[in-house]
Amino acid sequence: MPIFLEKRQIVTPGDLIAEGEYIAGENTFVENGKIYAARVGIIEYETKKVDVVALKAFYVPRAGDIVIGTITEVGFNGWTVDINSPYIALLRASDVLSRPFKPQKDDLPQVLDAGDLVVAKIVSYDRTHDPQLTVAEPGLGKITRGQILKITPTKIPRVIGKKGSMISMIKQETGCNIILGLNGVVLVTGKNLEDEQLAVQAILKIERESHTSGLTDRITQMLKEEKSKKGGKQE
Amino acid sequence: MTSVVTRVKKKQISEAMAQEKRMDGRDLNEYRELKIEQGIIERAEGSARVTLGRTEVVVGVKIEMGEPFPDTPNEGVLTVNAELTPIASPEFEAGPPDEMSIELARIVDRGIRESKAINTEKMVIEAGKKVFVVFVDIYVLNHDGNLIDASAFAAMSALLNTKMANYEVKDGEVQIKPGYEQLPIQNHPITITVAKIGDKLVVDPILEEEEVMDARISMAIDDDQNICAIQKGGNSYFKPEEILEAAKIAETKAKEMRKKLNW
Amino acid sequence: MNDKPEKLMDKKGLRLDGRKADELRPVKLEVGVISNADGSAYIEHGKNKILAAVYGPREVHPKHLALQDRTVLKCRYHMAPFSVQERKSPAPSRREIELSKVIRESLEPAVFMEFYPRTMIDVFIEVLQADGGTRCASITAAALALADSGVPMRDLVVACAAGKVEDTVVVDLMDTEDKLGAADVPVALMPNLNAVTLLQMDGKLTQEEFEKAVGMALDGCKQIYAMQKEALKSKYVNVGEQTKEEAEE
Repeated sequence: MPIFLEKRQIVTPGDLIAEGEYIAGENTFVENGKIYAARVGIIEYETKKVDVVALKAFYVPRAGDIVIGTITEVGFNGWTVDINSPYIALLRASDVLSRPFKPQKDDLPQVLDAGDLVVAKIVSYDRTHDPQLTVAEPGLGKITRGQILKITPTKIPRVIGKKGSMISMIKQETGCNIILGLNGVVLVTGKNLEDEQLAVQAILKIERESHTSGLTDRITQMLKEEKSKKGGKQE
Repeated sequence: MTSVVTRVKKKQISEAMAQEKRMDGRDLNEYRELKIEQGIIERAEGSARVTLGRTEVVVGVKIEMGEPFPDTPNEGVLTVNAELTPIASPEFEAGPPDEMSIELARIVDRGIRESKAINTEKMVIEAGKKVFVVFVDIYVLNHDGNLIDASAFAAMSALLNTKMANYEVKDGEVQIKPGYEQLPIQNHPITITVAKIGDKLVVDPILEEEEVMDARISMAIDDDQNICAIQKGGNSYFKPEEILEAAKIAETKAKEMRKKLNW
Repeated sequence: MNDKPEKLMDKKGLRLDGRKADELRPVKLEVGVISNADGSAYIEHGKNKILAAVYGPREVHPKHLALQDRTVLKCRYHMAPFSVQERKSPAPSRREIELSKVIRESLEPAVFMEFYPRTMIDVFIEVLQADGGTRCASITAAALALADSGVPMRDLVVACAAGKVEDTVVVDLMDTEDKLGAADVPVALMPNLNAVTLLQMDGKLTQEEFEKAVGMALDGCKQIYAMQKEALKSKYVNVGEQTKEEAEE
C-alpha cells in the first residue's frame, strides 16, 4: 500500500500523502480511505503513522500545557489573558490569591494589571468554554524581567530538540534561563542584554530554518561565532 | 423559535432523499404549486403576486422618466431591488439591504437583463437625454424556500402586466397623453433552482431542504433555450458532472413551465 | 475615451491581447506579503493586482454572532477607488456585497469550519487594479492567504473564468472581452476533490457552449493551481537553499 511522497517533502493542503494501511497523524485528514495534508508542512513518518509537521499553525489550548500570556483586562473577579491563541484565557482571582476572593479588600490591579506577563498552566479547556489558567504551582506567576518573543507554536518542539538537546545547548552557550510556552511565546532571562539577545537570535533562526537538516550544528556554530565576536570587541 | 434544523430532521430528509422521496411527497424534479395573480396593486404600473407552495412574493413595477446611463444613451434603464421583509421570516430583520437581499435582486436582474426581456431601445423618449426607468421592487412576504424562482416568476409576471404612459414630445417638452402602452417585452426568462442534497439533485427546494442542502444552482433560461444567467449559492460544492446535470434539468423544467404559463 | 474595438477576435483566432482562445493571461503569485496579517497573498493576473489578507481564527465581535459548533468565516471584497477607469466610490457597492458573499461561499467548503467553534476568520480582499476576472483572481489569492495563515484546509481553492467572444468560447476574459463579449462564466474549484465551489454566468450560451466554457474554465483552474502550490512552497524552499549555501561556506 503506497505512500506517495518522500519524507521531508513540502506538502500543501489537499495533497495526497498515502493510501491504505497508514494511520493519519498530525495535520492530515482522511477521505475515502486516503490520507491528505491539511496544512502546509513537511511529511514525516515512522512505520505506520504519517504526520505533516506544519510550517505555520496557531496554538489551540490543551489542559496541562505551560503557556506565557499577557493580561489584557482586569475583570470583576479575575483577569482575561491573551495566550496567543484564537481563544482568550481566564485566570480567576481565587487562583492567584490562593484563598477566596474578597472584592472589598482585594485590589486586583495591584496583584496583576493589564500589560503584565505571566507564566501559567492551562487547567481546563473544551469546545464550549474558554481555557482556564492557574499560576498556583512552582515556576508559574508574574514575569518581571527578560526578553519575550513569539514563534509559531509548531516550531517549539524543534527549539527543544531531541531529548532537549537543542534547548540545553542554547542555555549553555548563552548562560540564559529559557521558558518555552507551548503557545509559541518564549521567555529568555540572562545575566545581561547581550546574552539574552543572542539566545533570541538563535531561537528565531531555528524558527526560520526548522525544516532544514543540520540545524543543531549550524546553531551551535552561530552561537560560538557570535560569542567570539563579542570576545574580540571586549579587548 | 429559531429555525435551527435538528439533527433528527436532517437525518430524516437525507434518508428520504436516498430513496428519491421528499418530505412533502414531491418527486425530485417536481415544483410546488405555482399560482400567479397580476395587477393586484393598482397604483403600480405593473404588479404580480406569486405563491410557490407557501413562499409568497409580491412584485411592483414603477415607471419613471430619467436619464439614460452614459454608455447606453439609446436604452431605457432597468433597476431591480429586493426586500426580505421582517414579516416573511423570524430570521429577517428590518434595515438596509443585506447580502441575501442584494444577491436575490441581482440574480433576478441578471435573468431579465441578459435575456433582453425588455426591449430597452423602445423606452427612449429623447436619445441621450430622457428615457423610461423601470423600477422592479421585489417584496418577499413569506419565506418557505426558493425565493429566487418565486421572485423571478413574480418579476416577469409583473413586467408582462406593466403599462407605460403614452407621451408626446412637443417643443422639447414631454407631454403625457391619455392611454397606455404595454411595456415592450421580447423574451420571457424562466429561472430554475436546483438544490444538491447529498448526491441527489432536487428542484424548487422548500425551506427545510434549503437548511440541509449542500448548495444550490439557479439558471435563467430564455425563450430559445439559451442559458442567460447562473448563480451557485450555499457553502458547499457541486461536482462538474452535477452542474451539467443541473443544466439539463433546468432546460427541461423551463420548457415545461413555459408551456404551462404560455410565455 | 471609450474607443470600442471593432473586433474582439481577428481572422487568425487571436484576441485583442494576442492570446489564443485557450490561453491564460500571465499570473504572478506571492505568499506572506503583509507581516501583520496571520496569512496573506498577492496576485497579478493580467493587469489585475489584488491583495488578500486573513486575520484569525480569533475572537468573534460582536459576541452574539459566534457559532457554538464552528467558526464564522467573513469575507470582504472591496475595490480601491483608483482600481478602475472611472473613479469608484469607496463605499461598498451592491456588486461588492454580492461578490463578498459568493467569494465567501467559494472558500468555506475548503476550511475545516468545525475545528474552531466560537471563533471568527476574516478574509479581506482589496482590488488595487482591475481588468476583468477580479473575483476569480481574488479567490485564488484568498485561498493562498488562508493556507498561509495556518488554518487547516481540505484543499486549496482556485478560480478561472471562461466566456464567449464573437462566436468562440475562450478562457480567461479581460475587461474589454467581458464588457463587449457574449458571456462570462467564472468558476472556482477545489482541484483534489474535484469540487466546484463558485459558478456564475451572465450572457447568452447554448447548453453545448456552456459545457465547453465550464471545461475550459476548469482547465484554466488546474493550470493556476500548480502555480498556487509553487507559491506556497517557494517561501520555504528558498530558506532551504539558503541554508544549504551557508553550510557549504
